[in-house]
Amino acid sequence: MRLMVEALSARRGEDLIFRDISFTLDGGQSMVLTGRNGSGKSTLLRAVSGLLRPESGRVIWHSEGTDADIRAAEACHYLGHRNAMKAELSVSENLGFWKSFIGDFPGGHGVSVGEAAEAVGLGDIAHLPFGYLSAGQQRRMAFAKLLVAWKPVWILDEPTAALDVSAESVFTALIKTHLSQGGIVLAATHQPLGLENARELKMTGFAGGTESMW
Amino acid sequence: MIALLLRDLKLSVRAGGGALIGVLFFTTVVAVIPFGVGPDLNLLSRIGPAIVWIGALLSALLGLDRMFQTDREDGSLDLILMQEHPLALTVLVKCLAHWLGNGLPLVIASPLLGLFMNMDEVAIGATMLTLLVGTPALTFIGAVGAAVAVALPRGGLLVSILVLPLAIPVLIFGVSASYAAVQDPAPFMPPFLILVAITMFFAVLGPLGAALALRNAGD
Amino acid sequence: MPQIAVLTKLTDLANPTRFLGLASRILPWMAGITAILFAIGLYLSFAGEGDYQQGMTVRIMYVHVPAAWLSMMCYSVMAASAIGTLVWRHPLADVSHKAAAPLGAAFTLIALATGSLWGKPMWGTWWVWDARLTSVFVLFLMYLGLIALNRAMDDPGKAARVSSVLILVGFVNIPIIKFSVEWWNTLHQPASVIRMGGSTIDSTFLWPLLMMAIAFTMLFFTLHIAAMRNEIWRRRVSAQRRMAARMAGQKTDNTVEKGA
Repeated sequence: MRLMVEALSARRGEDLIFRDISFTLDGGQSMVLTGRNGSGKSTLLRAVSGLLRPESGRVIWHSEGTDADIRAAEACHYLGHRNAMKAELSVSENLGFWKSFIGDFPGGHGVSVGEAAEAVGLGDIAHLPFGYLSAGQQRRMAFAKLLVAWKPVWILDEPTAALDVSAESVFTALIKTHLSQGGIVLAATHQPLGLENARELKMTGFAGGTESMW
Repeated sequence: MIALLLRDLKLSVRAGGGALIGVLFFTTVVAVIPFGVGPDLNLLSRIGPAIVWIGALLSALLGLDRMFQTDREDGSLDLILMQEHPLALTVLVKCLAHWLGNGLPLVIASPLLGLFMNMDEVAIGATMLTLLVGTPALTFIGAVGAAVAVALPRGGLLVSILVLPLAIPVLIFGVSASYAAVQDPAPFMPPFLILVAITMFFAVLGPLGAALALRNAGD
Repeated sequence: MPQIAVLTKLTDLANPTRFLGLASRILPWMAGITAILFAIGLYLSFAGEGDYQQGMTVRIMYVHVPAAWLSMMCYSVMAASAIGTLVWRHPLADVSHKAAAPLGAAFTLIALATGSLWGKPMWGTWWVWDARLTSVFVLFLMYLGLIALNRAMDDPGKAARVSSVLILVGFVNIPIIKFSVEWWNTLHQPASVIRMGGSTIDSTFLWPLLMMAIAFTMLFFTLHIAAMRNEIWRRRVSAQRRMAARMAGQKTDNTVEKGA
């Protein structure tokens, strides 16, 4: 199981945000992106997730039992700044939808909606509409989304922003469990996630002297 | 896919009642026409099918720009784009859900408005039938506009401007078929079948174009 | 640890600089040829006799028909550029269809206005819902919509890609719109208006018309290349401005860090 990023460059607007980033993550490995705001952490995560077409380079996924030319995004969960949950639907409806829409990647199975809500410590309020939850609870439920469908790679953009310490420790425990099951985690963060063996990629962002395409 | 259809249907029922707003707008547009042209029942029954069709067209455009915008605002669109059930198919399902939530209520409300316009039973039936066949085409072609709206800082009105010219054929054949059912010399089937063909054509072109726009509007 | 490589020279897929060089070399020639063609075309247009039925108003045709032809050709150029944008991501293609849209709108407007002027003596009214006029009018609306769309977006790259999709969807739709408008027209106006073209055009009209059509086409390409050049310059200026802002921002950031 291996996620390979080869010589990735990406633009935002007309500016080249980063260029020629390469790294490889095997099962059980994690990497943390650090850097100040606007340094290109989110852009890199979106490029790896296939949401932003890179200027050059590519992202390759390799694992047993999948096609060689599968889109790497298929193997990824993406947790962005926004929770991707509907305020009008109940938490279990939200999670149930993502469970069936995203589906399991070969090689693993997601847990049930109830178990996922339990895992983030909010098992007893899964029947409530998502909009009634506090910001911290909403973020936890967004995290539970990663558990309902199995994807080997978790791409997390500031997963613990605006969370209290106890919720952070829950997240860290879940991430560690995922890594111990052979998963891969790629996260951008300001706060340390408490992962001992994580590699660190320091994003410097716009380094001056970017050439415009014109 | 079914999960997506059910979710979007649930949302259209629960969230703010988009369907209700559409039907209300439809009713209001049709209801102000007599104030413009006068309460002459003969005139109203003559222009009735056209008015009902134009009202339905405008109402169908009303909720279109929200089709992908709500998903973008809460981040769902990112996750939808990452899954490779072919994106065009995902868009098609979203179109169907959108039509069931917003288009079908218009079709159901149209006979009542036909009565307001003093149309006879055949005309009402024909208008309802053509709306049933034609409004999906409006949703499909509107999906392209809705996908474009995702990239716009402020969508809304511009989407209607972009979509309306493309919707002209639907309007022409929808109204032609409605009239052909009432007026004797003109046959009903040719314009009606062309309308069906246009709907089927847009059912392919719309989702493909919308998928292409969504892929390219990402950042 | 992987590092962000030092920014090296980006090998350009497209080369706007080369385009600018080429443009500045051929533009004077194209402008000259256009002027000569117009001189010949206009001379022929006014030297020829008027039509025995339409009188002098037939000369409007020499502007109207080429403008109408260009209104369609311009959209085809835009559709081809849109494919270039979406398939090859060629920045010149972005510039090409963005620059072509106002030109297309202008030629379409000329076609509509001259058609209207021609219609007044011919049909006794400024506007008829004739199939051709109507479909050209719809085309005009589509051009305006595309221009508005381009202006509504801040990021020129994204604007180019999104409007490309719309250009192509519109391109596929144009035949359908044309067909439906003709159907609609025959339905509502059994007594068809007098139509030029299709029927036999006398050679006294044909030559001036052909000349004017070529002149207008040359005019379009001259303007198109000039507009593309302007657009590239505009983007260069805005890129440099952004750069200047960025540099200034970094300078202040550094001093703040040192101060702290």
